[in-house]
Amino acid sequence: MVARVQVPQQVKRGELIEVRIAIQHVMETGFRYDDRGRAIPKNVINTLVARYNDTEIFRAELGSGIAANPFLQFYTVAEASGEIEFSWVDDAGEKGTEHAAISVVG
Amino acid sequence: MRGEGLTADSSYVRSLGLFIGVHRRLSAVSFLLLLMFAGGPAPAAEPQRPQPLKSGGEFSSSELRALQADDFGNPGMLWVVRGEKLWGEAAGRNGKSCAACHGDARQSMKGIATHYPKVDPGAARLVNLEGRVNLCRERHQGAEPLQYESEELLGLTAYVAHQSRGMPVDVTIDLQNRKNYERGRDFYYARRGQMNLSCSHCHDRNWGGRLLGETISQGHGNAYPIYRLEWQTAGSLHRRFRSCLFGVRAELLPGGSRELLDLELYLAWRAGGLTIETPGVRR
Repeated sequence: MVARVQVPQQVKRGELIEVRIAIQHVMETGFRYDDRGRAIPKNVINTLVARYNDTEIFRAELGSGIAANPFLQFYTVAEASGEIEFSWVDDAGEKGTEHAAISVVG
Repeated sequence: MRGEGLTADSSYVRSLGLFIGVHRRLSAVSFLLLLMFAGGPAPAAEPQRPQPLKSGGEFSSSELRALQADDFGNPGMLWVVRGEKLWGEAAGRNGKSCAACHGDARQSMKGIATHYPKVDPGAARLVNLEGRVNLCRERHQGAEPLQYESEELLGLTAYVAHQSRGMPVDVTIDLQNRKNYERGRDFYYARRGQMNLSCSHCHDRNWGGRLLGETISQGHGNAYPIYRLEWQTAGSLHRRFRSCLFGVRAELLPGGSRELLDLELYLAWRAGGLTIETPGVRR
């Protein structure tokens, strides 16, 4: 599973920052059938959590209505230098993590 | 499927014969005129590039163009990142990665994709980027070839082609690839499938027009591999060819087949001067 996280590299303390994540995932809805007519089991990223220096700042529960390769974006306040770490799990039990470093000045 | 094409042709000839039977008094001149118009696009003269050349992106919505231009939002970049990782990973018996020979792709692969597909002298056949990756795996890495349309091959080709982004497609037709070019050109102008349409009918005569909800593009391959919303994934130019073949209800040729490679060469010639956009985003 490939994922990318984007945060501004250097920001001022207290500044509002945009955090973005894109994950490569099929997000199989469970409503489709294969060539032989068998149902393709649902497999979506069901939970995605973002932690900023170990404090949870964002949590999303995704479902079958989210397109493949989900792209999420949210805002947070830059308080301290450190890492924003994402972790997620899909219906097949596969887990993924990705992180980005952030440096806060002032 | 080839047989069906023949049946369609012969019934066409029969109905022509009937037509002649009924209108025996038609003058020879008008009959000739009729043949000229019924014959479809004639590839006799050297074909022309569409004027002005327009990349497929120009037929997309502004939102889609913005998505392609955003290097983070562009979902195709996920495949480029995947390719970048694979580039540095050792594979095969020889334990070599792509980087072991080619070094930093940002330098060594710059502009490479603009000259593909290309005749490989050793293999004495036309290869595209996919074929080149697999030849490298076979010759230098001692690895199994990657399956066409596999995530790995899409990643590597997207990564390599991405290094040429912004550079013009530049394929020259010479003695080595002339035959391939001619076969590709003939494929492009040949009617096929139950719909009895050639590529040219849509992409030369009717680009900019509508096909249900879609705007017909000029059919250039300069943004491939692309991320296509309909597929919900990245795909190669040959997958796109297969979509078109399916659309005209023709035989679905396998990705990497000789016919599709020749067509890719013809299209590369036809798109000469357009800049590479990999990874493109299309509907």
